[in-house]
Amino acid sequence: MAKVKVRIPTPLQKLTQDKAEVEAEGTDINSLILDLERRYPGIKERVCDEKGKLRRFINIYVNEEDIRFLKLDQTQLRDNDRVSIIPAIAGG
Amino acid sequence: MSYIKGLKCRECHRHYPKEVLFVCEYCFGSLEVDYDYEAIKKVLTKEKILSRPKNMWRYKELLPLEGEPTDGLNTGFTPLIRANNLAKVLGVKELYIKDDSVNHPTLSFKDRVVAVALSRAKELGFRTVACASTGNLANSVSAQAAMAGLRAYIFIPADLELGKVIASLIYAPTVVAVEGNYDEVNRLCSEIASKYKWAFVNINIRPYYAEGSKTYAYEIAEQLNWRAPLHIVVPSAGGSLITKIWKGLKEFEKLGLIPEVKTKVYCAQGKGSSPIVTAIKENSDIIKPVKPKTIAKSLAIGNPADGYYAKDTVLQSGGWAEEASDEEIVEAIKLLASTEGIFTETAGGVTVAVTKKLIEQKRIPPDESIVISITGNGLKTQEAVYEKLPKPIKIKPTLSSFEEYHRKEQ
Repeated sequence: MAKVKVRIPTPLQKLTQDKAEVEAEGTDINSLILDLERRYPGIKERVCDEKGKLRRFINIYVNEEDIRFLKLDQTQLRDNDRVSIIPAIAGG
Repeated sequence: MSYIKGLKCRECHRHYPKEVLFVCEYCFGSLEVDYDYEAIKKVLTKEKILSRPKNMWRYKELLPLEGEPTDGLNTGFTPLIRANNLAKVLGVKELYIKDDSVNHPTLSFKDRVVAVALSRAKELGFRTVACASTGNLANSVSAQAAMAGLRAYIFIPADLELGKVIASLIYAPTVVAVEGNYDEVNRLCSEIASKYKWAFVNINIRPYYAEGSKTYAYEIAEQLNWRAPLHIVVPSAGGSLITKIWKGLKEFEKLGLIPEVKTKVYCAQGKGSSPIVTAIKENSDIIKPVKPKTIAKSLAIGNPADGYYAKDTVLQSGGWAEEASDEEIVEAIKLLASTEGIFTETAGGVTVAVTKKLIEQKRIPPDESIVISITGNGLKTQEAVYEKLPKPIKIKPTLSSFEEYHRKEQ
């Protein structure tokens, strides 16, 4: 299990007692989300759809790299990685 | 009289009030304007439209304002040209160019979305507008904000074409050149938008802004004598225009202004920046972002906000997608100029090149109506073609000097 810091977007901070950054553990993004759900119940259904897959408009970055450039939800985590959950970008 | 009911999440369909909101706070899907179509149907008739001035606001009931429009009063109603010369070269029968390279005031389709965005921004009480842009949007926000007396902050990638930089600076906004690509500019602007009380046209008031693109489709349908074309090829960057063209046609159908829409919609992107094309060809559930590399800088968005919707639109309509290499883009710009007298920017080169490819692949049949979407002007991206053109012939200011050259040529 890697210990990581997770940046929480504003709409989800109601679930994390208004904290913009929290600590959590996981070997990859999937297990990290399960750990976040244990610590902050309700967060998983916001980030994942009914089938448990990451919602289309959630972007997750590990150390500033979009996980779609890595191994998606199976991207491995190491101690002290910084994970950011960022809502859909707009623009265009 | 306003026909906006509110905003609605495109993913989970939750309802929101018609305020400065753009993301669903439950599932993070993007929000879209929800209209009262029953009420619109009662007032928006062909006769009503035909009685109004020839600009984009002749369809104003289908645009998200509460009062009368205040911006872009000369925007839109650009020519739909029957392109017989180009049709001959491509081997097709019925070809049209919808030419927004001559849109008012800044020569691109972005004048439409900005007209809506600024009119709405004022209704929402903003005095400052801003945008993240690959150039055309920057030009349009700069010009229309100057006309409206609003302050403007323009964020662009630092490597933009000179023509697009100058065509913003001339209107005296604050232009910020960010050392990064468009996707990085966009991410920065999302952070700025959450901190400053500005109307970022394509971020926090995007649901309203994006609706302006529908007028491109309304005009095509009206100019084709109230019918939709069977095929339309659309350039895609963030993927918004293509979804709004489809939405516009479906709205006209819903209101009974045109018969059933059988249009197939095709997505055109530059090779090296084609995440939507890739997803369509692979029928993939995810849009895999890319780090863009194409001369079509106005289309160089590697992480398209509306990528999923663009893909859904294309597949739902029965269309397809293709990409064009840098060389193909330049050749297509020259082809359009030499056949139809239209000098388009690189994005238009992408669209013409992709149309040619789709016809060659027999994806688009030769005997049905086809519209090519030309959305920007070539005078803004001269770098792309300058080295590929012959140089002017230099002579002395005498008749003999000219005739000396002319004899050699014959």
